[in-house]
Amino acid sequence: MTRTTGQPSRRAVIRDGIGVGLATGAYGVSFGALGVTSGLSVAQTCMLSLLLASGASQFALVGVLSAGGAPVTAVVSALLLGTRNTLYGLRLAPLLQLRGLRRLLGAQLVLDETTAMAVSQRTPQLARVGFWSTGIAVFTAWNVATLGGALGGTAIGDPQDYGLDAAVGAAFLALLWPRLDGSGPWIAATLAVTLALATVPVLTPGLPVLVAGVVALLIARRPPSQEAAKTRTEQP
Amino acid sequence: MIWTAVLVSALGCYLLKLAGLSVPQRVLDRPYVRRVADLIPVTLLAALVAVQIVSDGSRLVFDARAVGLAAAVVALLLRAPFLAVVAVAALAAALARLV
Repeated sequence: MTRTTGQPSRRAVIRDGIGVGLATGAYGVSFGALGVTSGLSVAQTCMLSLLLASGASQFALVGVLSAGGAPVTAVVSALLLGTRNTLYGLRLAPLLQLRGLRRLLGAQLVLDETTAMAVSQRTPQLARVGFWSTGIAVFTAWNVATLGGALGGTAIGDPQDYGLDAAVGAAFLALLWPRLDGSGPWIAATLAVTLALATVPVLTPGLPVLVAGVVALLIARRPPSQEAAKTRTEQP
Repeated sequence: MIWTAVLVSALGCYLLKLAGLSVPQRVLDRPYVRRVADLIPVTLLAALVAVQIVSDGSRLVFDARAVGLAAAVVALLLRAPFLAVVAVAALAAALARLV
């Protein structure tokens, strides 16, 4: 975040959210191209981005189908990876306090990007601004890019050519950065990274990230450290 | 059959997202659940960054992406604004691919 200027303003959060949305949403081009080459129609590919709207699950579904897997297996893979967003909801629910229609709409935007942006804000108000601005930006960009990729393949440009693969990783790291204060979060992050990378060669794509969540389940079993207690008083 | 898979997985994934947002406050207030919820973003996002940067899906690979991320770390240590960090990473990775 723009930590050099102290408290980031609403405008800065919206700007950053749109930046994250455009950078990660551009990957819809890859998904759109993969969808149609995997045997899905343009409409099916676009419906996935519109209705499922979760990159990891979409790539898993299409990956299984293109490998000749049974549709049931494809659905189970997508759902399994979708549980990541359920876990994000545990953190977002008390932070965003969404009710009624806002919750129904906001649920579709519970993603890596929106969670990262929301939890990196200093106040609940800015967290909500970050969630919605990032969510709307990434959802829009992801769907437009999917249509482009489905119609034109990656002829309109592979995100990798523009260094976007590194940019997306950097965006998540930058959002994570303020959370890595003190030894507790560093230990959790290091264990998660180690576990994820160790399982990359043996698990299907997407699962290593979910498996890393086990680290959170295990570390949380220990009594709260002073640091965790401090974090809780700062946040709602 | 593909349409069925598309629609069922879309509905299921939406309900999974909604379920997380709909966990009752009294459950969220449990100390263990609060600690898990606090740790989830850090662990999942750190793992996500690592997998995005040094794997190709099934193998560990160090390439231009790692150069980009290293540049991002330098930018973060210099307290660069968010979008500058992202731009520096993209630029460094693109340059590394040219070399």
